[in-house]
Amino acid sequence: MYEFNYRKVASVAAATEAMQQAEDGKFMAGGQTMLPTMKHRLASPSDLIDLGGVAELTGISVENENLIVGAMTTHAAVAASAEVQQAIPALARLAGNIGDPAVRNRGTLGGSIANHDPAADYPAAVIALGATVQTSKRAISAEEFFTGMFETALEDDEIVTSVSFPLPEAAAYMKFENPASRYAIVGVFVAKTGGEVRVGVTGATACAHRGLRLEAALGGELDAGGIDAVELPVEQMNSDIHASAEYRAHLVKVMTKRAVEACQ
Amino acid sequence: MNENGIGASVRRKEDQRFLIGKGNYTDDINVAGQTHAVFVRSPHAHAEIKGIDCSDALAAPGVVAVLTGDDLAADGIGPLICGVTVTSDDGEPHRAPAHPALAQGKVNYVGDHVAIVIAETRAQARDAAELVDVDYNVLPAVVDTSSAADSGQPQIHEVAPDNVCYNWPFGDKDGVEAAFAGAHKVSKLDLVNNRMVTNPMEPRAALGEYNPGTDEITLHLTTQNPHVHRLVLSAFNQLAPEHKLRVVGPDVGGGFGAKIFVYAEELVVGWACRKIKRPVKWNGDRSEAFLADAHGRDHVSTAEMAMDENGKFLAMRVQTQANLGAYLSTFSTMVPSYLYAFLLAGQYSTPLIYSEVKAVFTNTAPVDACRGAGRPEATYLVERLVDICAADMGLDPAEIRRRNFIPVDAFPYQTPVVQCYDSGDYPAALDKAMELADYSGFSARAEEAKSRGKLRGIGLSSYVEACGIAPSAAVGQLGAGVGLWESAQVRFNPTGNVQVFTGTHSHGQGHETTFAQLVCDQLGVPIENIEVIHGDTAKTQFGMGTYGSRSLAVGGVAIARACDKLIAKGKKIAAHALEAAEGDIEFADGNFSVAGTDKAMNIAEVAFTAYVPHSYPEGVEPGFDENAFFDPTNFSFPAGTHICEVEVDPDTGVVEVVKYSAVDDFGKLINPMIVEGQVHGGIAHGVGQALLEGCSYDSEGQLITASYMDYAMPRADNLPCFDIDYAPTNPPDNPLGVKGCGEAGAIGAPPAVINAISNALGVRHIDMPATPETVWRAAQQAAAVSS
Ligand SMILES: Cc1cc2nc3c(=O)[nH]c(=O)nc-3n(C[C@H](O)[C@H](O)[C@H](O)COP(=O)(O)OP(=O)(O)OC[C@H]3O[C@@H](n4cnc5c(N)ncnc54)[C@H](O)[C@@H]3O)c2cc1C
Repeated sequence: MYEFNYRKVASVAAATEAMQQAEDGKFMAGGQTMLPTMKHRLASPSDLIDLGGVAELTGISVENENLIVGAMTTHAAVAASAEVQQAIPALARLAGNIGDPAVRNRGTLGGSIANHDPAADYPAAVIALGATVQTSKRAISAEEFFTGMFETALEDDEIVTSVSFPLPEAAAYMKFENPASRYAIVGVFVAKTGGEVRVGVTGATACAHRGLRLEAALGGELDAGGIDAVELPVEQMNSDIHASAEYRAHLVKVMTKRAVEACQ
Repeated sequence: MNENGIGASVRRKEDQRFLIGKGNYTDDINVAGQTHAVFVRSPHAHAEIKGIDCSDALAAPGVVAVLTGDDLAADGIGPLICGVTVTSDDGEPHRAPAHPALAQGKVNYVGDHVAIVIAETRAQARDAAELVDVDYNVLPAVVDTSSAADSGQPQIHEVAPDNVCYNWPFGDKDGVEAAFAGAHKVSKLDLVNNRMVTNPMEPRAALGEYNPGTDEITLHLTTQNPHVHRLVLSAFNQLAPEHKLRVVGPDVGGGFGAKIFVYAEELVVGWACRKIKRPVKWNGDRSEAFLADAHGRDHVSTAEMAMDENGKFLAMRVQTQANLGAYLSTFSTMVPSYLYAFLLAGQYSTPLIYSEVKAVFTNTAPVDACRGAGRPEATYLVERLVDICAADMGLDPAEIRRRNFIPVDAFPYQTPVVQCYDSGDYPAALDKAMELADYSGFSARAEEAKSRGKLRGIGLSSYVEACGIAPSAAVGQLGAGVGLWESAQVRFNPTGNVQVFTGTHSHGQGHETTFAQLVCDQLGVPIENIEVIHGDTAKTQFGMGTYGSRSLAVGGVAIARACDKLIAKGKKIAAHALEAAEGDIEFADGNFSVAGTDKAMNIAEVAFTAYVPHSYPEGVEPGFDENAFFDPTNFSFPAGTHICEVEVDPDTGVVEVVKYSAVDDFGKLINPMIVEGQVHGGIAHGVGQALLEGCSYDSEGQLITASYMDYAMPRADNLPCFDIDYAPTNPPDNPLGVKGCGEAGAIGAPPAVINAISNALGVRHIDMPATPETVWRAAQQAAAVSS
């Protein structure tokens, strides 16, 4: 780790101000990505602005047919929440399977989506559920939020404050885990909301995205019969020692079918 | 039976300190005035060093020293050595390139040591290490094992043309060829034994202290063998004379082989602390462990078996190319030769065996012993080949094994490949394992799995290994630079408690309990009055350390021998005190008694008498403290059958190990709970190799699997509950009747798993690690062929 200034703030406004004053600042939520990156000397922010003390960023509630989860809510809190288990059980299960207990007790929803690791789980849910990301400046729709590998629509001094998930009629997440890291090699979240079936795909490509071809094959129904015939663009798939592009494309379909079945 | 003696599952004495966080590892030790070291490592797999500019680093805050290969050479320290000589087919010794502890002019793998930066804090040392400016001329790298010796490959070391360390043919070539020519059937298999990172939980560390008053260096190290470290550092690396060098291996968090070897960091830290006259501490991080711990395995082989019309093995032929990495690590050369080819008979009476091993250099981390060392490679090859033979002959895998097993009445059995197996009852272990695994019920389980869309397969592995390393005469003949006996000292204190000093080293194996049980059993002393001490050259007389499942089979016997001497001396003392003839004294359950009378005194009283010899037999020395050295007459040969059952998801290729049965012959068990733990760990290690662990470099020699994000270790949920049992035999060569158990699982498991997957998929072979994609592709191919 290189030297940096540590700033603890108590409000979103103070965090924004600290960021604006910093030469090259970074927000820190659970630190589960930020700190290892700094320890490996791959990141060297001048200031680390710790959102841990910002009370307004945590909490879970259901309002107007929406599940609202504060950005600083940990994965463990989401997994254990009776509200989440009742409103969107698939989301509670997703959170309960991220990393290990230490990671789940530190890592946060806001950190996960702001970081946008192409193998992270939450982005698939945010997209499939048609969620809205609320920030310190505006509301951003799920599809506009994730823009590329480790890239989002967030500006440097913009803070994710909460995510609002419309309640689905049915939803399920299927994750094919990397045997080493246990991140998603492929993760597919299928949700039926307001009569529409959406598919959110993570891990497969550089950017979490809607599986539009898969959605077309489903035709608004929770019936996986047409999935086998879908042709996915293999050339856009990630490829590494764990899974080739061709295998990933195949897994997207298998995970989609399984998620659809699990919705029933 | 003594309730804490041989055969009792005594809770581990050492766990008290580990469970309350009071273990004392090298990194826990801090001394006044300590400095911190960081190594500058090569980012390139193969490069010339045109210059090293340390000036910025030297000027950085807190920096005490920056030392390079030139400084090391000027002081005449090193180079690192390989302790076993293998003779190549041209009659010359293996090619041994210079192995400087800090690079001199050239680096040969990513992670190779270029300089040491020493500063007041670790963070300062890390910062300064980034300022060491090394001017590299990057050269093309040799990475791939199978093509490393091909013409046109870059040359790594001048002394090793074609990157060959040795060509080592072994066995009756002509006899084998004749047998193949006349065979009813020949089965053949190409296979890879995947490279592994050994991954002990505690990364390597070293703390060096120099005392100018006594001119002594004390090195705390993560070592499996403190005396071997001291010997090599003194005799071969010129660090300090043996009597001026103390090596301590305090608590060590696992080794699995990786902490046997004498590494560059250890030598450099020892040297640097004297040079700067301040203690120097280096604590490796996990990334360094991936890059620069010795790796394991990495063979590419072709295996063939000639059979008669009944599936009897007539002859076996093996060709192996083994990757030794960039330099020769301490015992590297013996792993793909003696520890490998001498085990190629397996459990079978194959009369003729011929193997050719070509050991090659590549621009990768050095490769050396990793849990099993050579025997897992041999076992994997034999047990895969035997399954291929069964398929080719249309025989059940159990049946072909049975037809070829060395018969029970043939022991001790001289194999055609040097080893003489001590004892064994291979059919008994097979029978018991098949019963434990409900082998006959397999087809019903496979049917049921099919109804769930899963492919279920079963696989056997009947392994044998050579442990208890080893008779000194035997290893000496083979070119080892050391003897492989073990030593012990058993000391009574005047108050009757006992300190047992062993030359072996415990780094997770539970010696402090097992060895205490031995002494408790033999001397009848309560186990809480016995302390086992190891790991410090200043405390223990000498020792060869722990590897090759040798600690009990060799070190345990040394302890028993020292106890024998105490009993013999005690009889003299008791005879005098009890006014009886020495010949009338009997010893049992801690009491010396006069035969046929109720006159007796216990061993604590005898010990007291020996230290307070007011009334004492003439000619007997005072004191009650004996030592012994034990050099075995043979290796020991644990063996067994493991049966693995898997379910494959054909849509994803995911393999689940659903059932695992192991029946082992370890001879007598001292502590069954500890043995079971060793078996569990070993199987997990073996399943890890078969399914998950694949160390991989890219074509430029960058390590891709350089962290746990990419290198998959087995975890609890990768494994089922194991069904474990034993089919012990009594090894005549071992005075305690023990064989060794630390590596068996890692040896037996990989072929059991791969045989099960091949069976599930109906394919001939699948290479390790059988990752989901590999299995999925094989399943696709199998489906395409059968449709
Ligand atoms: C061992 C391990 C295993 C893991 N396994 C998984 C897994 O299986 N699946 C998975 O999805 N994830 C996994 N993760 C990632 C983890 O779940 C966290 O979600 C992730 O590290 C980011 O969350 P965080 O709260 O720790 O954010 P931090 O690490 O603190 O921050 C990450 C990034 O987000 C920014 N940021 C954080 N909060 C905000 C905010 N409110 N507004 C704007 N920017 C913000 C930071 O500036 C930083 O750039 C794993 C992590 C580890 C260490």
